[in-house]
Amino acid sequence: MAAVPTFRRGVKFRFDAVRNAWVLLAPEKLFMPDETAVEILKLVDGTRSIDAIVDDLAARFDAPREMIAEDVAATFANLSTRGAVQL
Amino acid sequence: MGLIAELTHRCPLQCAYCSNPLALDDRKAELTTDEWRRVLGEAAALGILQVHFSGGEPMARRDLVEMVAHASSLGLYTNIITSGVLLTDEAMAALLAAGIDHIQLSFQDAAAPAADRFSGYRGGHAKKLDAARRICEAGLPLTANFVVHKQNAERVGEMIALGEALGAERIEIAHTQYYGWALLNRNALLPTFAQLEHVNGVVAAARQRLNGRITIDYVVPDYYAARPKACMGGWGNRFINISPSGKALPCHAAETLPGFQFPTVRDVSLAEIWVDSDAFSRFRGVDWMPELCRACDRKEIDWGGCRCQALALAGDAAATDPACAHSPDHHLMGAAVTAADGAPLDLVPRRLRTLSA
Ligand code: SF4
Ligand code: SF4
Repeated sequence: MAAVPTFRRGVKFRFDAVRNAWVLLAPEKLFMPDETAVEILKLVDGTRSIDAIVDDLAARFDAPREMIAEDVAATFANLSTRGAVQL
Repeated sequence: MGLIAELTHRCPLQCAYCSNPLALDDRKAELTTDEWRRVLGEAAALGILQVHFSGGEPMARRDLVEMVAHASSLGLYTNIITSGVLLTDEAMAALLAAGIDHIQLSFQDAAAPAADRFSGYRGGHAKKLDAARRICEAGLPLTANFVVHKQNAERVGEMIALGEALGAERIEIAHTQYYGWALLNRNALLPTFAQLEHVNGVVAAARQRLNGRITIDYVVPDYYAARPKACMGGWGNRFINISPSGKALPCHAAETLPGFQFPTVRDVSLAEIWVDSDAFSRFRGVDWMPELCRACDRKEIDWGGCRCQALALAGDAAATDPACAHSPDHHLMGAAVTAADGAPLDLVPRRLRTLSA
């Protein structure tokens, strides 16, 4: 998939020192992404496409590319519906 | 976790569905800038991530920009919940420079005459349209909030269309929540079942059409529900609400609850309030629940519903929320619906001093 995901306006993805965890802050919403989602979201920079993100993860993690692609697609579909990410 | 900072109860509008308490805090009682700065610092240290500046009208405070800047410097996500009538070009520029992340703009209706009549502020709707434009031009995400009730439910389609036309990222369609002034005006506001179905249908269709583009958050009315809402995501679980005079409340309506001493941030630190105070512990978790809820598999989903509603309708803050179909008091919801059907539409507008009879 060539789509380039970006965080929507007003969405912040940052590390929270109090919780020792990454958080995704959106208007009136707070997401606590799980480990997989955190790795995916760290790669959202406004230039990488979904394919490039999958490639990057596939190179670093010991899991079949297909499975990673599925996780990535599901994560973005979910966050897009909930208004945090734009595809 | 979120902090709701009710900076002031002052507001140039007079919406009859306001959920502020009937006894509004006076300006003289309001926390000072320095007190709020301290509270924001304590909030950040406690792990609060988002601060919602609300009111009344938060922009009625001259020091709002300073507080946004301070919150932002602490890494807090800053949100303003405003009527927008005071959001001039200058105010927008200053807020932007201060690091504001998001603005939620409330509308009383889809168009001017009805909206202005309801808010009691002539020219208000036009000012809101200007405010929306300024927010979008500033590159900020806009949430357009519409509170629906008997007197505007027919126009929910137009409301969503307005949100779309304004370039909102998020549209909130919220049925009136019956606390404070809204409870006082319930008979004139509670929609009929047919109106509810209309709103449900319009929202469902719009959601499908706008999926991935605009998020529509829909708040349903308890009076037609079979299950209650998880009020504030559970008592003392996700939110701290600070009233203009500094009272720390698990929810903004909690001041109505009898037998409580709500601690004030003037005397006690936010951390102590959160961890140790009786007010925040009393209905936290599931141990306080009536047997009905304790035996129920939804107890950690809705947390037994709303304590204020239990008090207001069932007369007992520790009862199961009457919005729940299992509640022995559930018939009160139906009775309220019946009472509101065909009732006069006269409203008591929210004013700082009307009830001093
Ligand atoms: S019985 Fe209590 S926990 Fe169960 S659904 Fe009703 S309010 Fe919620
Ligand atoms: S349950 Fe009561 S205290 Fe909680 S938000 Fe609702 S009205 Fe407020």
